[in-house]
Amino acid sequence: MDLKTIIFYVFAALLIFAALRVITARNPVHAALYLVLAFFNAGGLWLTLQAEFLAITLVMVYVGAVMVLFLFVIMMLDIDIKRLRQGFWRNMPLAATLGVLMVAEMALVLSTDYFGPVAFPGTKMGADYSNTRELGRLLFTDYVYPFELASIILLVAIIAAVVLTLRRRKDVKHLDPVQQVAVKHSDRLRVLQMPAEKEGE
Amino acid sequence: MEASVLHFFEWLWGPYWSTLWAWFKPVWPLIWVIMKIVAILVPLLLGVAYMTYAERKILGFMHVRIGPNRVGPLGLLQPIADGLKLFFKEVILPTKADPALYFMAPALAMAPAVAVWAVVPFFDGVVLANLDAGVLFLLAVSSLGVYGVIIAGWASNSKYPFLGSIRSAAQMVSYEVAMGLALVCVLMVSNSLNLTDIVHAQGRGIFADWGVGALSWNWLPLWPVFLVYLISGVAETNRAPFDVVEGESEIVAGHMVEYSGMAFAMFFLAEYANMILVAAMVTVFFLGGWLSPVGFLPDGLPWMLAKMSLMLFLFLWLRATFPRYRYDQIMRLGWKVFVPVCLIWIPVVGVWMMSPFNIWE
Amino acid sequence: MLKNFVMPDLYPAAPELFLVAMACAILLADAFAGASRRWLAPVLTMLTLIGCALITYATFDGTATLTFANMFVDDPLSDFLKLLLYVAIIVVLVYGRDYLAARNLDKGEYYLLLLFATLGMMVMISAYNFLTMYLGLELLSLSLYAMVAIDRDSPRATEAAMKYFVLGALASGLLLYGMSMIYGATGTLELGRVAQTIHEGTTNRTILVFGLVFLVAGVAFKLGVVPFHMWIPDVYHGAPTAVTLLISSAPKLAAFAMALRLLVSGLFGLAEHWQSMLMLMAVLSIGIGNLAAIAQTNIKRMLGYSAISHMGFMLLALMSGVAGAEVDPMALINAYSSALYYIISYVLMSLGAFGMVLLLSRGGYEADNLEDFKGLNKRSPWFALMMAILMFSMAGIPFFVGFFAKFSVLLAAVAAGHVAVVVLAVIFSLIGAYYYLRVVKLMYFDDPVDAASIRAGLDMRLLISLNGLAVALFGLFPDSLMMLCTATLVRSL
Repeated sequence: MDLKTIIFYVFAALLIFAALRVITARNPVHAALYLVLAFFNAGGLWLTLQAEFLAITLVMVYVGAVMVLFLFVIMMLDIDIKRLRQGFWRNMPLAATLGVLMVAEMALVLSTDYFGPVAFPGTKMGADYSNTRELGRLLFTDYVYPFELASIILLVAIIAAVVLTLRRRKDVKHLDPVQQVAVKHSDRLRVLQMPAEKEGE
Repeated sequence: MEASVLHFFEWLWGPYWSTLWAWFKPVWPLIWVIMKIVAILVPLLLGVAYMTYAERKILGFMHVRIGPNRVGPLGLLQPIADGLKLFFKEVILPTKADPALYFMAPALAMAPAVAVWAVVPFFDGVVLANLDAGVLFLLAVSSLGVYGVIIAGWASNSKYPFLGSIRSAAQMVSYEVAMGLALVCVLMVSNSLNLTDIVHAQGRGIFADWGVGALSWNWLPLWPVFLVYLISGVAETNRAPFDVVEGESEIVAGHMVEYSGMAFAMFFLAEYANMILVAAMVTVFFLGGWLSPVGFLPDGLPWMLAKMSLMLFLFLWLRATFPRYRYDQIMRLGWKVFVPVCLIWIPVVGVWMMSPFNIWE
Repeated sequence: MLKNFVMPDLYPAAPELFLVAMACAILLADAFAGASRRWLAPVLTMLTLIGCALITYATFDGTATLTFANMFVDDPLSDFLKLLLYVAIIVVLVYGRDYLAARNLDKGEYYLLLLFATLGMMVMISAYNFLTMYLGLELLSLSLYAMVAIDRDSPRATEAAMKYFVLGALASGLLLYGMSMIYGATGTLELGRVAQTIHEGTTNRTILVFGLVFLVAGVAFKLGVVPFHMWIPDVYHGAPTAVTLLISSAPKLAAFAMALRLLVSGLFGLAEHWQSMLMLMAVLSIGIGNLAAIAQTNIKRMLGYSAISHMGFMLLALMSGVAGAEVDPMALINAYSSALYYIISYVLMSLGAFGMVLLLSRGGYEADNLEDFKGLNKRSPWFALMMAILMFSMAGIPFFVGFFAKFSVLLAAVAAGHVAVVVLAVIFSLIGAYYYLRVVKLMYFDDPVDAASIRAGLDMRLLISLNGLAVALFGLFPDSLMMLCTATLVRSL
């Protein structure tokens, strides 16, 4: 067993542990933090596959930004774990049966020799090979169409988030200084012309 | 460098050297890495300590005060005294805090601030890990610093820390976007993600050939982006005028309210280490790293340190000069000013590079 | 600098590029236009769709062209479906205008999401790669989730959007999982090469079928067939009716294209496997859809269940392409063109039926209960007639378009030897005729609950009349449309 294999097993073991804790941790914040750990180890696994760009991007995007926002939401919400767990034991038998079935099916399929380690021999890259450069080249040439589509999906997500969250509250007594400054005397005051009246008529 | 160090040891131990070397040879690479880490960390921590001293002295000068002058000559031992005081203070754990996370938070704040230094080049080849994707590593690891803040706020189980941590984390995440986009321009013109290569790329150009290398550095052609990066760097470290995390009148010390003693000191260390890091990054990305500004002087580590010191002085100057921003103004500046500026400058640079006026050939 | 880089041919994708450019322009125009120019977004959207239609028509050439590294296909089928798509979206725009304005939902973002959903469907229709198929689907779904929730003060709409989103995300996951399995087995994402690899027979069959199961589940969810139909009634009911109108019409065209491309263009070698899966789903959908629809009192829900049964019928045609070991190209084209014919006629009828629901609603009032159709004949004989035509057609009563659609599907199924299935389908559609005819009975033989006259813009009245008449006309002359479908498929497959 060489060093690379040992590193792989360390990362893999930590990843599985973290993933298990994500679903078993009682406190949602702890669960989210374990998810962070899981992402971290997944990034480590990618590093051992010479995919440093993907690894670092995973850490940067998911750990550095997405999970932070996720934690915001979880921390703000007052999640009642007891209520979430209601009916857990009642539904357990069915869920367990289905789960075991799925696992058995997958085991059946995945145990075929097609998924053995022989089928996908890792490609050895030269010393000047840069994962980042290759990915960039592919993304902007062969995969430019899906790449642009993905960006449009993100645009739609932004528009959807704006339309679903932005609204003017009616109960806020908000003054617009621009309107206040731009007011003219004719908006406020109207001079009426009236004939003079004599007293006593 | 490795050979001369070994040579030094050989001279130091004299006749015992061959026996010792037989023992140490298998683990020597590890020892060598640890020695390099120590060589980076010790000056860094000293720098952090004297940064606090410099801050107080410079602020004092700008406020027409004297600043610390009691401990040691000119108050030079003040940081040591402060450190000892914090070290011996009791670390308090609030009753309802989450103990594990509460103590993990300062470490999580400190670790990334230190780990990033692995890829910072001080001179040609003087870098702990010369990664090909150094810029990405830098962005990734520095984005982890936010966890220290957010976990500290939550684990304290107290209102002010929580509000403070949310403020701080939102601010850091927002300004990371602007910083990342600003770096895209730098990457485009230097055609590399390696920090050493980025510095080298700035040593080439018409002005460098004329002997005024300072005008070939990135700060001039990428001026708007340079400003964005600089200001975002200040905001990223939660320094004045963007220091809304702390505020005596509103949320006291933000996420650090409940911390005392060494735990508090760790946050403090992390903040100053991050400041020095931002100074180093601005130097590497925009101010030519260790390159000499004029042709007749040699390149070298002193230039790097001088440029970093200049940047750090600028940060202190900002703090002494500007009033604080309001929180919504900070967010608006980040998202509605800096991000668009970067997004506009990226195509500008792209067109520039494709045009006959390309200066980065 | 890049060497050996060949600029992709943008010409086949001209409609998509035009639409994206216009959508970005509308986004900016709407953001800077201010409240007084709210008409800008709908008018520009309409012009965009008309422009897309013109471009698609102008660039039509009866051959298949691949571009973007074989990820995009432009063949007669895609052009035909895209043209139908534009028509459906324009109809959705016209029908929904008053309804949205009355509820203050006609924000610029609505039109933008509509355009991006259209783009998603166009991408799906033209997808020649698992990746682009998935991305198109996500683009469509994401826009639809937001549109369902756009009436954010309505708890029912929010709940519907949430259900749609959670189940939709699950379905996308299933689809993606299936795709990755097939990618693992064949080593390619391109549909043509997947088909070729399967044809060569060197790949592991177990893994292919394993992936196929997930893939079919994903497609079935998007079509809304049993057992992946749970979202349909809730989403149809909860969404604002103008959005229901959209969900029930145009995406079915895209889902049909997706099914055809994935299963026929890509996984034709596994036809024996997916045909039996489709058969099960078809029978269940026709049965459950028709039976559950009887119990509904809300017409949107009822039409939702009816959609399930209609999609079941469409699957009936898709599963009849290959019978036995020999592939008969004539039977193949027959089956798939009857599926295409069915989906077109369904979209036509669905647009009309939801259009009627929109026509009857006014102000903030929803006319989505069966009660609201009582005595429609007394309020407006013309629109009652239109609705009657639509209902007759949906029930499959002769000489409307729905009848011929069902008839050709059943013929194809019989030709493939699925006689028992056909008998079941006929029995269930006879049961289903009950609830369609109940609407007709309510309109003609009951007294109106409220006698308010029907107010709608001239364009809507005109279009909905046209819609009803088209259902009747295509029923009288079914051959023209059928021949168009056949010709399209002959040139595309």
